[in-house]
Amino acid sequence: MPDVILKGKAFKFGDNVSTDLIIPGRYAHLRSNLPQLAKHVMEDADPTFVEKVKPGDFIIAGKNFGLGSSREHAPLLIKMAGVSAILAKSVARIFFRNAVNQGLPVLICDTDQIDAGDEMEVNLANGVVADLTKGIQLSFSKIPQVMLDILSEGGLIPYISKYGDFKL
Amino acid sequence: MGKTLSEKILSEKSGIDARAQDVVIAPVDLAFVQDTTGPLTIRQFQEISHSGLSNPQRTAIFLDHAIPSPNRQLSNDHQFLRRFAKETGCFIFEGGNGICHQLVAELFANPGDIILGADSHTVTAGALGAFATGMGSSDIAVALALGKTWFRVPESFKVTVSGKFQKGVCTKDLILHLVGTLGADGATYKALEFGGETVADMTVSQRLTIANMAVEVGAKVGLFASDNVTKKYLAAQGRGNKYKALSPDIDADYEQVIAINAAELEPLVAMPHAVDNVAPARTLAGVRIDQVFIGTCTNGRLEDLATAAAILKNKRSHPDVRLIIAPASRRVLTAAIRAGHIQSLISAGGTLLPPGCAACLGLHQGVLGDNEVCLSTANRNFKGRMGNPEASIYLASPATAAASAITGEITDPRKVI
Ligand code: SF4
Repeated sequence: MPDVILKGKAFKFGDNVSTDLIIPGRYAHLRSNLPQLAKHVMEDADPTFVEKVKPGDFIIAGKNFGLGSSREHAPLLIKMAGVSAILAKSVARIFFRNAVNQGLPVLICDTDQIDAGDEMEVNLANGVVADLTKGIQLSFSKIPQVMLDILSEGGLIPYISKYGDFKL
Repeated sequence: MGKTLSEKILSEKSGIDARAQDVVIAPVDLAFVQDTTGPLTIRQFQEISHSGLSNPQRTAIFLDHAIPSPNRQLSNDHQFLRRFAKETGCFIFEGGNGICHQLVAELFANPGDIILGADSHTVTAGALGAFATGMGSSDIAVALALGKTWFRVPESFKVTVSGKFQKGVCTKDLILHLVGTLGADGATYKALEFGGETVADMTVSQRLTIANMAVEVGAKVGLFASDNVTKKYLAAQGRGNKYKALSPDIDADYEQVIAINAAELEPLVAMPHAVDNVAPARTLAGVRIDQVFIGTCTNGRLEDLATAAAILKNKRSHPDVRLIIAPASRRVLTAAIRAGHIQSLISAGGTLLPPGCAACLGLHQGVLGDNEVCLSTANRNFKGRMGNPEASIYLASPATAAASAITGEITDPRKVI
């Protein structure tokens, strides 16, 4: 499992942040050079993101985060940037599976009250998100068991390396 | 209670009585990657594989997104994929053969198959009754190694189409209408099932256009029952023996039923920067365009080129418009040459690109300049999609694209045909 208690700052985005905004196709030539590619994560949504994000921080999004392409580089680079979890009102299907496969928690909750810069604390064990700046608590929807199992091994590749098969 | 197409396919494949929301493990008939998702997938596969590919004959690599390669990094990725194919004996399709989804339809997809691709438009093969869905590289890597994957059985929406399309209106307008109505997340995690009298009359090519865009409403699959049309198509591809009848039960349980009357549809356009931002083409008259792109896995097939060629024949594209044509596959290109469509399109001022994704994903072959506007027959118009976040993309049918290429502004094709 990633750490049970996650702490960091909120980076806020709107609805329908596509994988083209997360990591544009025009950088496809850097996909085998992850350190170079990582310099461009979220570039078209917030050009200052890479400079400002710190380990532990959160991406806070509206609905349908990660729609579009199946490129797993999207959650992979978000994780490489240090983001500890994504909180969104809803997430596109392929992105959701990809994020979990990369060991990056995606939590579905009502993000309207969270603002950019808020100090956040997420407790993965009891399903509670605390916005420390606002003094409010939110709960997030349960993650399906199979995904929890994958997350707790740090992603699908480590999971399969360990068990050699799906354990459902 | 009867079963939906998804429940039927996943029950048969998993060997259990699968119902919506169940989690099942099922064997995979084909797992594939393309050149921009392939290298990561293969490296992940190499981390977990001890005994090689589960089945090289069920594994394919398509070089289609960046062909001919625009730079040395992508050339090196291509080399890596070619080497892997040589070592493992899996299929590899060199650049110029066509777009992965078109080749999957032409060469692999059969009713009742499970197909996984490291590309979101893998849903395209649902047109042939295959449970086909896009996944990321980790999932595909595991499918390559184990020959199976896990699924949550989706709930289904039934989309029933009746009525005859007006002249100038086609299945692209139908799917744009559906995306506009449901919204870009309107069917997230769900299966779409298409049926009704109008669907029964559709060609496989038209069904492929619809299934292709199922992912634009967030759906996991866009499925069509198999029928005589499917049977004939498979026979024409030399796979007549792979035909099998497949239809949902009459008493299957649908979360939503959506009825569409094709006769009421008109030519539609998705406006920047969202596929569900849909408006009638006639309301966008006066929107100037710099580039028209006819191609992609949505609308780069023979019928699409024929439609565009019929409109552009003996005409000239507008002097301020760059008209780009990229057939979906080598077979499509060959047939379009034979039928004279390529001649018509080139004489009208078109530039022919090799079969492949071409300008669709913003890598090369038609990257837009700042503040430029493209009208494309593709499936996505997200900001930055065609290589420049300062540019705008409108999506439409081949007929609308061809009509607009002539006038230099967005044009309802009913005005020129
Ligand atoms: S044509 Fe466009 S949408 Fe289709 S596979 Fe290629 S890049 Fe993707």
